[in-house]
Amino acid sequence: MERDILNTDAPELRQLQQRALIVGFWGLLAGVVGAVWFPDQFFRSWLVGFLFCLGLTLGSLGLLMLQHLSGGQWGLVSRRVWEASARTLPIVALFFVPILFGMPKLFLWARPEAVQGDAVLQAKAPYLNVQFFTLRAVVYFALWMAAAWLLNKWSAGQDRGEIAVTPADSVRFRALSAPGLIVLIMTITFASVDWIMSLDPHWYSTIFGLLTLVGCGLSALALAITVLSRMARTQPLASTLVPRHFHDLGKLMLAFVMLWAYLSFSQFLIIWSGNLPEEIPWYIERIQGAWAPVSLLLVAGHFALPFALLLSRDLKRRPSLLATIAAAVLVMRIVDIIWLVEPNFERHGFPIHWMDLAVPLGLAGVWVFVFVRQLRGRALLPFNDPYFKEAFAHETH
Amino acid sequence: MDAQRSVYGLMAEFDSANALVEAARRTHAEGYRSTDVFSPFPIEAAWEAIGANDKRPQLFILIGGIMGMLAGFGLCYWVSVIAYPLNIGGRPLNSWPSFIPVTFEVTILLASLAAVIGMLALNGLPMPYHPVFNVPRFSRASQDSFFLLIEAVDPKFDRQRTRQFMQGLGATEINEVEP
Repeated sequence: MERDILNTDAPELRQLQQRALIVGFWGLLAGVVGAVWFPDQFFRSWLVGFLFCLGLTLGSLGLLMLQHLSGGQWGLVSRRVWEASARTLPIVALFFVPILFGMPKLFLWARPEAVQGDAVLQAKAPYLNVQFFTLRAVVYFALWMAAAWLLNKWSAGQDRGEIAVTPADSVRFRALSAPGLIVLIMTITFASVDWIMSLDPHWYSTIFGLLTLVGCGLSALALAITVLSRMARTQPLASTLVPRHFHDLGKLMLAFVMLWAYLSFSQFLIIWSGNLPEEIPWYIERIQGAWAPVSLLLVAGHFALPFALLLSRDLKRRPSLLATIAAAVLVMRIVDIIWLVEPNFERHGFPIHWMDLAVPLGLAGVWVFVFVRQLRGRALLPFNDPYFKEAFAHETH
Repeated sequence: MDAQRSVYGLMAEFDSANALVEAARRTHAEGYRSTDVFSPFPIEAAWEAIGANDKRPQLFILIGGIMGMLAGFGLCYWVSVIAYPLNIGGRPLNSWPSFIPVTFEVTILLASLAAVIGMLALNGLPMPYHPVFNVPRFSRASQDSFFLLIEAVDPKFDRQRTRQFMQGLGATEINEVEP
């Protein structure tokens, strides 16, 4: 069995990797060509793509820590997907670099002439300035990479049978995950303020960090479902993954969909009730005029439809159907990020620019390529985990 | 022992969840329908095996939820539009976004009440007496042992043959359940 698990040369994965590279190549090529005509738009679309890939990665890191703390079969079968996803952090950090160059184009507070005539931006300048922004980004990535590196290093050692093979020694995973999760939640909150909320430096919402966090978790869950349903078709995972695992992951996805809607609505309700001049324009921009259809699409596609479908028990136990919903949720994640980023900038006519689709698809393609490469590099199940044998010993078929 | 004395059913005891699930599956395949399983923790596979698939609770909960939704929204609408129409910040009287929290909470409230009351009603609870507790070892069902019951009302039930069948299931102990 152990040799089977190590055999990660499944044709599904090879095919996925190949396709991702093709999508990545054409998407980025279109982006680079588009950048010549629309340099401003290029950075906005790049930010959308970066945030989407970052959400997949950080959500994976968060869920990886969470399943170390909670235990359970859903975590054991998804662990390698999230580990591989967390190992893509260096490439995601690389994706961030162009944003540093595009700062004056993206962020109003990074333009000295805009700050000069604006008392609010001057008051916020000690936090929102180019040096501190860059320093914070470096700190976030350093912390995330350190956690991802350690968890993956121990996991590799566990596969070799060197460390964490006894319950006493595997405590190290939990010892890192518990404080790690707190640090992750704090850093994602700050990063969401820096990279999304400060696009409109006059607007603020205290729930925004949590909302971003839930979006990350939802992306990572949808990723795991999509990947696992593909891998469930062939050995080695075909004999391990059973409908119950997809049922559990489906239930979690339903919970995240509801949580996203709950927090989104809370934010909207509070701002709508307050109706204050510094808060409400952010929503007026989005629910009136050109962005109104996109807002409705999010209500329907990011909440109502997946919510109604995921209520069904039978659907959650059918991997291919569940994966279809997960894929749709991933598309909605991109739409949600576009909806967060783009209305901050002036645009006439149809709200979504073609580069908002091309560049994120290109970045996601490259990301998936790297991710699958990482996934294929290790065993697909943590067979040396002290709880693994216990969990799968009482299998009731 | 009086051979003619009626019994409530036969209770087989197993030492593992897997043995219980396997026994439940074979019991269902054998044609027994008035059966029940008891275990210290929920085993989904076991009640699937005996064909316990009562969809009525779901219906109760759905009805409770819809009633709660209508009641919650109705309350807000009646208060804000009909009974006490107040101009708040120039908003329309039927400002539905502010009704959603109440609507949501009452939906959850009535759905969960329907779930609890429906569960109690369908299980016939509260029930001061039940024959299964006449089996001395049955208290272990909430600790470390697994039980399968075949009730005497089952058309296929036969004291001797059912007992033989249960012995073939690998039960560690078989007890008659006093009515």
